[in-house]
Formats: sequence, C-alpha cells, structure tokens
Amino acid sequence: MEGTTVLGRLTWQPADVTGVVAETPRATTIAFDVPGWAGHRAGQHLDVRLTADDGYQAERSYSIASAPDGMHIELTVVRIADGEVSPYLTDDLQPGDQIELRGPVGGYFVWEPPLGGPLLLVAGGSGVAPLMAMIRLRAAAGSDVQTRLLLSSRGWDDIIYRDELERLNGNGLTVVHTLTMSQPPGWAGYARRVDAEMLAEVGPGPAERPLVYICGPTPFVEAAAQALVGLGHQPEAIKTERFGPTGS
Amino acid sequence: MDELMLDGNAVAGMLSEVFAVEMTTATMTCGNCGTSGAVGAMHVFRGAGIVMRCPNCDNVMAKIVEDGTRMWMNFGGTQALEITR
Repeated sequence: MEGTTVLGRLTWQPADVTGVVAETPRATTIAFDVPGWAGHRAGQHLDVRLTADDGYQAERSYSIASAPDGMHIELTVVRIADGEVSPYLTDDLQPGDQIELRGPVGGYFVWEPPLGGPLLLVAGGSGVAPLMAMIRLRAAAGSDVQTRLLLSSRGWDDIIYRDELERLNGNGLTVVHTLTMSQPPGWAGYARRVDAEMLAEVGPGPAERPLVYICGPTPFVEAAAQALVGLGHQPEAIKTERFGPTGS
Repeated sequence: MDELMLDGNAVAGMLSEVFAVEMTTATMTCGNCGTSGAVGAMHVFRGAGIVMRCPNCDNVMAKIVEDGTRMWMNFGGTQALEITR
C-alpha cells in the first residue's frame, strides 16, 4: 500500500499561496490554490503541515473560511506570539510559497442551504471562520434563510471580516457584535462575554427551532452551549467546534 | 472543564488517512456508559498522542498515537463504531 493513494482516503497535497491579507492586527487571511482540490462544504476544516529543513514536522487544524469555489480556499490564522506554526503562516508566507494540506475534513459542523434554518451562529474571535464560510455560501447561493451571527471580539479593531459582515448584513442576516475588552467611544452594543441573557435577546428562541453552530475557544463554546441548553434549545440542534492551544 | 480540551473534529484529518469515509458524523458508542454520539462531539485531549473521551461519563474511548510512518489506534473503551457507507 505504501506510496499509493486509495480513493476516499485523504493524503497530504501541495497548496500554492496566492494571497496574504491582514484582517486585524492579529489575524491574517491566507488564500491558496490547491491543484486537484476535491471541493469543500461550508464549515469543514483542513490540516496544515509544515516541514522544517531538518525534517521536523508540525501540524495544525484550521477551518476553511471561504465558500466552496473550485480549487480556491482561504484560511484565517490568528498569530499566537509563542506559537510554533501561526507566526510562520502569518509573518513569513508569501504568494508563490507552497505548503502541505490535508482535507477537507468534517461533516458534523457543516451547513448548506438545503438544511434551511433559521440559523444561530455564535463565534468567539477567529471561531467566526467556519461560520463565515456558511455566511458566504448563503450569500453566494442567494439564500434568505434567517440568520443571526453573534460575534464576540476583544475590541472593534479585532473584529475579523468586519467590513464584509457589514456589507452582508440584511436580507435575513443580522450581525450582532459584543466587544469584551475595549469599546470605541459611543459604543452602544454589547460589552461583555456571551451569556444566556444576550443569547435570548439575539435569538431566535427555542420555539423557532434554530440550527445552532458555535465555534471558538473551548471555554467559550462550553459556556455558550450550556447557556443555550438552559434556554431550552435542543442539545441535538447545537453543533460545536472547539479550538484550543493546538491552534497556535 | 479543561481549557485544553478539543473535540472529535480535531482528529478528523488523522482518521481520514485510515478510514475512507467522513468520520466526524460516524457514531461512537461508549464502552462504559453506552451513550452514543457523533465522533465530532467526542471530547479530545492532545498530548504526546490523542485521547478521546466520552462526553457523558469521561471514559477513555480511544487512544491514537502517530509518528511519521506509523499510527497506533486503541479503541478499547469503545463498544461500537458505526459508519455510514
């Protein structure tokens, strides 16, 4: 079997960097073309593998932020100062560079228009990435499924995809921000961590039976999921994706 | 609750090298308490290897260790792994 590829199983494949764009002071979006990419579903992720000159390898998982679009994919990476992988991805990668990817993976944390809604998307920081893939797919497909995005960020300048979300707001999509650490002058929005009261206000409520997707750091996801269950949402309707320090 | 905890989505790429079908929606049944759930919803801890635990009773359902050429998988705490073809 060695050296052969079995259909259906995934192997590492080369990806060409086509663009690097700063989203916020800490988050960078990297665009790739992946020759032979099998296509992905909104919400899926992939693994990135870096190999050093001495053969040392490091792998990390990242959600795909772009809507399905041929062999083009985009990842949004937050730079962790003492991280092993993220500083290389955010600081050193240039268009024309090549890295290795394995994916797409996941079918659990996925939304596509036929699944309908309403949708309640809850994100902490860069946890917005897979939810952005859903929002971008929703827009590209012309879907008007009722969608609420509650996005928790540290401050105004830390909001990933802020301008694009502002443009997409409307046509059934409502974007609500909470800024947990600093707020611009005159900020009238939420200024605390996501809690049950906030989730109840943002809605949709349990009676509307929304499909819920929560992505963020593990403590964020646990708190939001428990609050939603406490509000009466069905646990089976709540899909979660946690990221931890392996996101470094 | 452990800040280092991940979920089954984090091992999907590794499992996809072994299994030819999408694995986060496969169903795992705990060998201790009998609770069934999607692989994507299992609790995952990453150290020198991967430990998958039951979200209901915390039983160690699977252990996976890999290096460059080998993958070692122990599903001793799993009663059943159900895959949709």
